[in-house]
Amino acid sequence: MRSIITFVAVLSLCVGATALAQTDSVLVDSAGVTPVQPPPAPVTNLQAVDTDNDHGHSITLTWDLSVDDGKGQNNVLSYQIFRWFPSLMDQVDSLRGERSNARSTMRAFRSDIPRAEHALNELREDPGKLESIRFEVSIPADDSAFVLTTDYAITALQDTIAVMTARLPEIKDGLEPLQIRFEEALAQLPEAHNQYPNDGDWEYLGAVVAGNTSYENSGSKDFTAPDFFPDYTDLYYRVEAVSADTTLRSEAILVGPVHSSGQWFHTGKIPVLIFVLVFFVLTVLFVQVAKKGKELYVRPLAGIEAVDDAIGRATEMGRPILYVLGLGSADMVATIASFTILGRVAKKVAEYQTPIIVPCYDPIVMAVAQEVVKSSYLDAGRPDDYDEDAVHFVTNLQFAYVAAVNGTMLRELPATNIYMGKFFAESLLLAETGALAGSIQIAGTDEIAQIPFFIVACDYTLIGEELYAASAYLGREPILLGSLKAQDWAKAAIVIIAIVGMLTTAFGWPGFAEAFHVSG
Amino acid sequence: MKQQFPRLLVLVFGAFLLFQFFMPHEKSEWLYEYLLDWIIIIGIFALAIGIWSLIRVHVDKIKNKKIGWQYSYVTLAGLVGFIVFGFTIRNGAEWGWYFPFVLSVVGMFLMIIQAMASRAKVAMFAGLAGVFALTALLIGIFDKAFSFHFATSEGLQAYMFVHSFDFILIPIFATMFSLLAFFIASAAYRAFRARSIMATLLLLSAIIVMLRFNPYLEPVFGSYISQTSSWLMNVPNLAAQRAIVMGVGLGIVATGLKVILGIERKYMG
Repeated sequence: MRSIITFVAVLSLCVGATALAQTDSVLVDSAGVTPVQPPPAPVTNLQAVDTDNDHGHSITLTWDLSVDDGKGQNNVLSYQIFRWFPSLMDQVDSLRGERSNARSTMRAFRSDIPRAEHALNELREDPGKLESIRFEVSIPADDSAFVLTTDYAITALQDTIAVMTARLPEIKDGLEPLQIRFEEALAQLPEAHNQYPNDGDWEYLGAVVAGNTSYENSGSKDFTAPDFFPDYTDLYYRVEAVSADTTLRSEAILVGPVHSSGQWFHTGKIPVLIFVLVFFVLTVLFVQVAKKGKELYVRPLAGIEAVDDAIGRATEMGRPILYVLGLGSADMVATIASFTILGRVAKKVAEYQTPIIVPCYDPIVMAVAQEVVKSSYLDAGRPDDYDEDAVHFVTNLQFAYVAAVNGTMLRELPATNIYMGKFFAESLLLAETGALAGSIQIAGTDEIAQIPFFIVACDYTLIGEELYAASAYLGREPILLGSLKAQDWAKAAIVIIAIVGMLTTAFGWPGFAEAFHVSG
Repeated sequence: MKQQFPRLLVLVFGAFLLFQFFMPHEKSEWLYEYLLDWIIIIGIFALAIGIWSLIRVHVDKIKNKKIGWQYSYVTLAGLVGFIVFGFTIRNGAEWGWYFPFVLSVVGMFLMIIQAMASRAKVAMFAGLAGVFALTALLIGIFDKAFSFHFATSEGLQAYMFVHSFDFILIPIFATMFSLLAFFIASAAYRAFRARSIMATLLLLSAIIVMLRFNPYLEPVFGSYISQTSSWLMNVPNLAAQRAIVMGVGLGIVATGLKVILGIERKYMG
């Protein structure tokens, strides 16, 4: 028996020694029982830089992998990132929280008081509504046998209303001093960051899994947001390689101070800038060519050529023309294009002395459209025929607008309906009603989802960019045709570049396509 | 000068907004957001002009007894009613003289409209408007059942405002929107009639795409229908869409440049 025990002990020692010899990094603890791994090696070449091409409030950390990441001991599970925060940051956070709580409490009280009053009134009028009132009555939490009665609910609601009503002015009065203290603390933040490493502590920001060599620490530019990230402030970072056992971590590598700040030029958008400049040059070039009197050929668009016929038809029938500018606001390019088309249409309408109706969805659009139509009547030499109510505001609710315009179509029975601009779910509702009313319909929009609806319900449809080209076609002014020609050349250039990009990528040279990569 | 100054403004702000796209700096963002705020401010003033336009159009309709002129009263009463609901809140359990107040305000407004639309009896309608105004004023001063909230948005939580919106307007909007289903059916019928080779192709494509969602055909045709449908959506359809998007992008740039350079100025009137 004794010899067996001795044999087992010697065997154990041999196995242990062999294992130790094979992996010299595995240590034996003081008791000699549990093997303990050494911590992973730290990252190297840690750098912290201001993130490129942004508005600031962001720092990018980069590092070289720990030698134990994927090789060596192979025990790195993740990299944990820490940032040094001055103690003042806690005060800023606390004041921000107080300020935010005060504001949300005020908002909640302002909404809850009428709701509680409404519930109270309902209970007073009909005690049977106890189950259906839309306000939660506070009940004693520690009384399991408690039964909610109408009288209790009325008293509780009265108390709640009284408390909320009394606290509301208190909170409102306390908000201003709170705001001042908060802003003062914010102003002291850069100085507090300068005190590193005194009066502050490291805080955990996040982790990236092993194999990653970068981390972006970004936050909000809004100082009232909880994730506010100060610019032009000394920031310090620490990165640690961590193994599966989180207590086993590498030596911390520090970097700092580093400042974040915004950039004045986005280098990732250089291809766009070059394209805009080239397009600008092309436009100016063709406009100059057109000004010199050279005839420029542009392919005919059926929808545009139909506008004259449609106005003629309306004149013959003695019915008005309905022009719908869509749901876009005045700052949308589709709406701007629509204004120019409206101007051309209104001029012809004025010449033919046909009434025009322009119901508007947006009051700003209405104001602009009124000016456009008025000046077109003036250009046509018929300012007296201009009816101020021809261009009028309807509503800025989508389906209410549809109902109003559909009503106009069915009552006035316009000979021609022209839809140009931004359209959404109302496109088919309008176009189908127009088709049912027997009007000739011409539509144009750059909203891809609505183009099929217009195609099926209208007689002529301007697809996408044709909407932007329409004013040049209608006016036939050389200066506008010149810009149209530039557009055609740019399109041809894009097609050629796309084909070359496809071919070069297919043949294993992606550099050409990547040169056009736009970031951000 | 009348033309030059607006053009100069367009050039300056247009060029700034163009270059702002390439400037991610916080200050440039701030200026951009500041300029966008102007749209909201201008919009608020324009809304007043819009409401005035709406009133004018409906007064004209009433005046000239155009088709459906009676509905103009409903529109204008709704306009004033909603404004009153949005600015007043009931204070306690009782409605008090709230509804007579609302009716007085609406009545006053309609009498003013009637006075504007009438060719005769203008003085009578103006007098009636005065009576309604006086009634509303007295109720507003002496009735404590409700209060006015002009400076805050509390009126948007008012019982009548919320309930009128939720139980009158929303169902009407839903009704309008639901019409779309029937219009899609009628439009599809017209579009899918196989009158030419292209229309026949459209019909076949539509049938395949529609059948894709039919669960009973899966055991019969396997995944062929869904694969064909996916190909139709992802290859020819997407290719066409991308072509349109590219054209739209160019068109937007071209229009933007034309506006900034003052080549296109018809929108200025």
